[in-house]
Amino acid sequence: MSNVELIPVLLVVAPILLATLPIVLGLRFERTGWSVTALTTTGLFAASLILAQRVYSTQSAEIYGLGGWDEQFGIVLIADQLSMLIVVLITATAAGLLAFTRLAGPRGNTFYTGYLLLVGGLLGLTLTGDVFNMFVFLEIVGLGTYALISSGDGPESAVAALKYLILGTVGASIYLIGVGFLFMATGTLNMMELADVIQNGGLDDQQLNLIRAAFAFMFVGFAIKVAQWPLHTWQPDAYQHAPDGVTPLIAALVSTVSAYALARIMFDVFGPEFLIQTPYAREIVVTVGSISVIAGSTLAVIQQDVKRMLAYSSVSQFGLVVAAYGVVTETALTGAIIHLIGHGVMKAGLFVAAGVIAIGYGARTVDEYAGLAHHRPVPAAGMAVLLIALIGIPPSVGFIGKWYIAVGAVEAQAWSVAAVIFLSTMLTLAYAARLLEKMYFTPARNVDPGSHRSTDAGSPVATDGGASSQTRGSPDAVSLGMLALVVSVAIIAVILGFAGDVFFELLEPFVDEVFN
Amino acid sequence: MIDLLATRYAYVLMFVLLGVGLYMMIANENLVKKLIGVNLFQTAIFLFFVSVAYVEGGSSPVVPADSNPGELLVASPLPHVIVLTAIVVGIALTAVGLALIVRIYSEYGTLREDTLREVRSDE
Repeated sequence: MSNVELIPVLLVVAPILLATLPIVLGLRFERTGWSVTALTTTGLFAASLILAQRVYSTQSAEIYGLGGWDEQFGIVLIADQLSMLIVVLITATAAGLLAFTRLAGPRGNTFYTGYLLLVGGLLGLTLTGDVFNMFVFLEIVGLGTYALISSGDGPESAVAALKYLILGTVGASIYLIGVGFLFMATGTLNMMELADVIQNGGLDDQQLNLIRAAFAFMFVGFAIKVAQWPLHTWQPDAYQHAPDGVTPLIAALVSTVSAYALARIMFDVFGPEFLIQTPYAREIVVTVGSISVIAGSTLAVIQQDVKRMLAYSSVSQFGLVVAAYGVVTETALTGAIIHLIGHGVMKAGLFVAAGVIAIGYGARTVDEYAGLAHHRPVPAAGMAVLLIALIGIPPSVGFIGKWYIAVGAVEAQAWSVAAVIFLSTMLTLAYAARLLEKMYFTPARNVDPGSHRSTDAGSPVATDGGASSQTRGSPDAVSLGMLALVVSVAIIAVILGFAGDVFFELLEPFVDEVFN
Repeated sequence: MIDLLATRYAYVLMFVLLGVGLYMMIANENLVKKLIGVNLFQTAIFLFFVSVAYVEGGSSPVVPADSNPGELLVASPLPHVIVLTAIVVGIALTAVGLALIVRIYSEYGTLREDTLREVRSDE
């Protein structure tokens, strides 16, 4: 066994084991968490690149059976063309974000323990090839997320984390019921074996009923985790009240990986044939996604708090992805995966930019962003580029994702999805333009230097008129690393806009196999 | 219907318990009781898995050390392993949830959701 075959295990086990290091070392040294996490995530990033290179050059999936057990009983890890894209996104985001948390906090060794645990859980959720193992990793990801959200200073963050904990647990438990029904119908938990039983026919009526019930439960469970309307209510609170250093990680990865897991279950386990033949399955998936798009962006337009607005924007972007799943064509699935990755990159950048602006300029609401471009040109420019990418103006990664989804929808003659994509672009333009207008065309109001707001914005109330820009925030707290991070993410979002063909070719073997 | 109750009462019971847990979680204003509701909800699912594994007349799935034990009728061991893992996960979740509730209580001085809502809207 060569070393490359061990990388999938290493990717999952290493961060979880190393998560104990910050606490252990913390007994002796005060600030080791950041260094340990930086080394680990950089190593993981390198390892994931090696594995990705191997998977894409040999065009075959790496399958690793844990503990040497037979696939039928044991748990397998699958590194294929689909999961490797997400793995690279996770490791790159986790490593890059450390440039922001180094100075912006939250500080402390326990925070970095949670950080590594979350990264390990996300990688496990991406690589696992076993439906029950997926539940365990869903919960590990959940636990890491709840802990990180509640590491904020304000009491609001604990309330937001508890709300997410209750809803997230219910979501994962409903998924577990689905796993139970699948097990009753087929007697196996391995994804490849499940796919074999479900997709190759020969099911009697009772089995078919159980499998349909399983699909329904799993879809609802994931709808909570991915934050689809009307089950999205945890997400705005969680994103808004989490510390600035945590929101980018959660927004870029947690729901993204859940949405990826939904794709894995829908297309790898149940298969397109099942989705097409089950009455109303596609219609329901498309409807849930489309309503999320419209409700999410409409709610985003009326928000005052920038982080909350971006959170509602996530609801709508994930709605687009779920609606694309429901179209069930090759192009739409490719588009959905591209949009997942693109959305992860853009949201990470937007939340980092929002964090930088909150630290350096003390601005958290849309009105407080007035005159930002004049006083803080770099973060404002980064945010503007990312917002334009989010709208889907070419060349940007937001454009190619939407383009493929739209082409797929037209191919399948799903006109409602095509209309929703058009509408979502208009609504995204509406909330992005609000922010752009404030940043570039509204001069900062110079009232009452005393009303200094730099603490965690407790409630999304209208601004109190804003403090004078000279006394606002603390520009010195913004490091060069943070600015470099915002700029590089913005550049990546634009460069990936030219990479549509590359993504398409990378995903082609997987998509071909799913649709035969 | 009667037939269902007579032969599949374990499943019926599980869904009743599931409903009780869910209702408790939604309707109760006390945060600790909400968490108990979540636990009940999860326990119902564990019971469901255990009853799935049941085999009529089967013994516990302990295979004798014999190299050739002959015909054995045992309950399916896989769901049992699953439930053990899920219980551990559930405990971790309860611990985190209770820690959050302790923090909320020390910050706001209340465990009731309606009071919490008032306190937060005053701020």
